[in-house]
Amino acid sequence: MEEIERHQHDVLVIGAGGAGLRAAIEAKRVGAKVAVLCKSLLGKAHTVMAEGGAAAALATVAPEDSWEIHFRDTIRGGKGMSDWRMALALAQEAPARIRELEAWGALFDRTADGRILVRPFGGHTHARLAHVGDRTGLEMIRTLQDRVVALDIPAYMECTVIRLLKDGPRIAGALAYRRATGHFVLFRAKAIILATGGAGKAWLVTSNSWEYTGDGHALATQAGADLIGMEFMQFHPTGMVWPPSVHGTLVTEGVRGEGGVLRNSKGDRFMFRYIPEAWRAEYAATEEEADRWVAGHRSARRPPELLTRDVTARAIVQEVAEGRGSPHGGVYLDIATKRDPEYIRRKLPSMYHQFKELAGVDITKEPMEVGPTVHYIMGGVKVDPETQESTVPGLFAAGEVAGGLHGANRLGGNSLSDLLVFGRRAGSGAAAYATRAGAWASVNEHEIEEAVRAALAPFERGDGENPFAIHNELRHLMQHKVGSARARAGLEEAVEEIRTLRGRAACARVTGGREYNPGWHTWLDLHSLLTVSELVARAALERSESRGAHTRDDYPREDPELARLHIVVRRDADRITTRREPIPEPPPELKQILEGKKASG
Amino acid sequence: MAERVFRVFRGTRERGELVDYRVEASEGMVVLDALHSIQARQAPDLAVRWNCKAGKCGSCSAEVNGSPRLTCMTRVDDFPANEPITVTPMQAFPVIKDLVTDVSWNYEVARRIPPFRARSPDFPDGSWRIYPYEVERAQEFRKCIECFLCQDVCHVLRTHGKHAEFMGPAFLVRAAAYETHPLDVEERSSYLKDEGGIGYCNITKCCTEVCPESIQITDNAIIPLKERVVTRHYDPLLKLVRRIARH
Repeated sequence: MEEIERHQHDVLVIGAGGAGLRAAIEAKRVGAKVAVLCKSLLGKAHTVMAEGGAAAALATVAPEDSWEIHFRDTIRGGKGMSDWRMALALAQEAPARIRELEAWGALFDRTADGRILVRPFGGHTHARLAHVGDRTGLEMIRTLQDRVVALDIPAYMECTVIRLLKDGPRIAGALAYRRATGHFVLFRAKAIILATGGAGKAWLVTSNSWEYTGDGHALATQAGADLIGMEFMQFHPTGMVWPPSVHGTLVTEGVRGEGGVLRNSKGDRFMFRYIPEAWRAEYAATEEEADRWVAGHRSARRPPELLTRDVTARAIVQEVAEGRGSPHGGVYLDIATKRDPEYIRRKLPSMYHQFKELAGVDITKEPMEVGPTVHYIMGGVKVDPETQESTVPGLFAAGEVAGGLHGANRLGGNSLSDLLVFGRRAGSGAAAYATRAGAWASVNEHEIEEAVRAALAPFERGDGENPFAIHNELRHLMQHKVGSARARAGLEEAVEEIRTLRGRAACARVTGGREYNPGWHTWLDLHSLLTVSELVARAALERSESRGAHTRDDYPREDPELARLHIVVRRDADRITTRREPIPEPPPELKQILEGKKASG
Repeated sequence: MAERVFRVFRGTRERGELVDYRVEASEGMVVLDALHSIQARQAPDLAVRWNCKAGKCGSCSAEVNGSPRLTCMTRVDDFPANEPITVTPMQAFPVIKDLVTDVSWNYEVARRIPPFRARSPDFPDGSWRIYPYEVERAQEFRKCIECFLCQDVCHVLRTHGKHAEFMGPAFLVRAAAYETHPLDVEERSSYLKDEGGIGYCNITKCCTEVCPESIQITDNAIIPLKERVVTRHYDPLLKLVRRIARH
């Protein structure tokens, strides 16, 4: 066998988005020898695309905001499916994590009195998102990246993990390949943090980049970890729908946060018709009231365009289905009639640019055409809320790949604060584990040889399908049968078809050499994509109700029985099994906050 | 819609050639879409970097008909329909394969710039007051998506290969982001003058022209930095003051 490059670190962080970088910074701070590894170049991870902002009850615009209200908004937005301990940590720690970024050089937009300016967003009672125009993610990732560089933390760029290695029950390392050369790299580590993000590339219409192939979900599954909430895949209500080149590209919720409104082809502001009964008291009853709220009148209630993403996405789907859609199958998002051009260009510069260049639309003059796009997976690796450790000793997860925080529906802005709060916790959790772990776990050389041989197998075949074609079929399958509206028959077919695709992938062929070969990379990614697709389909079958982002046509209502149960998926031998597990109950004092009896304190 | 011809560099640092691919053009198609179509149907091993496909990450930099561009923001219909569109890798960096270049030098430069250092907090709770008018200048530079197109076009790097002596416009923008940051107190003028080689820039503004974020690199970043370096190092009066201060 070829010589394998070898490295050894106390803590290995897989993924260099916000969660991975924040985790590495913390692990380093507490004295661990830590390294990060990422599929792309440093600074290009998905976090860079985040636009709207990071949610934190800084109370710089609405002084009455507090962690209690942020906590309640998060749990309510998640339709009761969130782990209360994670929601609590998020709400309480987010402000400190944002201020810390400022100390490291992040420059957020300011209030007139020199504090961090926050903007309104869907499902948040008060203006709460610290932001930089509509390029908040860039500011965050650059700040964290600079910090990692200043701390001299090694980063292995363009390096993809294909297998986690264990020694008995505990984590021992990871096998990866370098994209540029196609050579394999072995990392031995006492603790590993998965910070690999999401899995949107299993769907056809998505805001996600090529990196989002569910690697972390698949690696955790392979290692035998429990995953929860995999049935909850968020459809962001506003993706671009035209031209085809940009179908699915994100249009920030910040457009609505800055006062943008949704209209159907009749010019009707339809969201007023979709306010759920339980939320009616908190949202404006008329356009006039909504406009007053946008103008800053505290007595008015917020516009229904700022309902949670699950509600908004479903409303758009229904408007289109009932024949009130735009020419390309979306609805209109209009900020041109609500804000002056100078304001739009200043607060939403990249949206202005994106529509102008890619769609030929001037958003200061015309409405945008938008529709739902697969955006974020709420489910993920089940973790301990304090340390982010999974059910596999030594394996940690943070950010989108971890489950539990966002429940059945994530609030916009909670992802960026999630990365900071739980990235930090994972970093300290993993570093503490590495200290406790003592001697290095051993890796099985035979297992490594097997994995290398399997990874190179498609080069050996004389014929076979093109991996891109298989990926494309999977995307259509997931879009249509495991998409925004699901039913038993379709989900069962999906599970079966995923199995067939897996068989076809096993016989696929890769042409060309090992150096920077996207055909080969796609073939390797297919393993993760097929695994995560099966996890989602099986969890979706198990949840026989509609809740948050998970809509079952055959079970259109919420089921109170399922209201306090997680669907847990894991690998047992060679099959995926599902089971139901109670969600921990919050203590009485927090229940009071959730019921709105204690709004501040 | 019509078929278009894409003439794409295929090869490595040692050898390579331009290969023609025919691609069915669709409405709104960008060059990166065409490259993906080639990958999916004709050449699965065609190496391309990309991530966001919306001009936000700066991964898909290449040269389209010889000019440095983000391929995800370059519309196919901007070019005459009857002519092939040539796509080649960035010239200022060594080719790894096809359109992918080795940009690791940029990350080494980034490691050498003295990092951001904040002044002491304004308040005992560790916070600062920063007013809106104070953030605007630095925010322009913080828009940089690190696409390295400005590095690619800069003749000091591209033609003269002064990578060892000159940090390039991208990192002058980075330095400017720190220097104009309202909290930063680090001293970088020695670095800029010596290791950074700011003197190599002779303000031809090529970098400004290719910046996809429209950062006024030459006027707003480089020239003020040059002035700062000159004031610090060549001002005879200041020099005298410093010499006296040292004694």
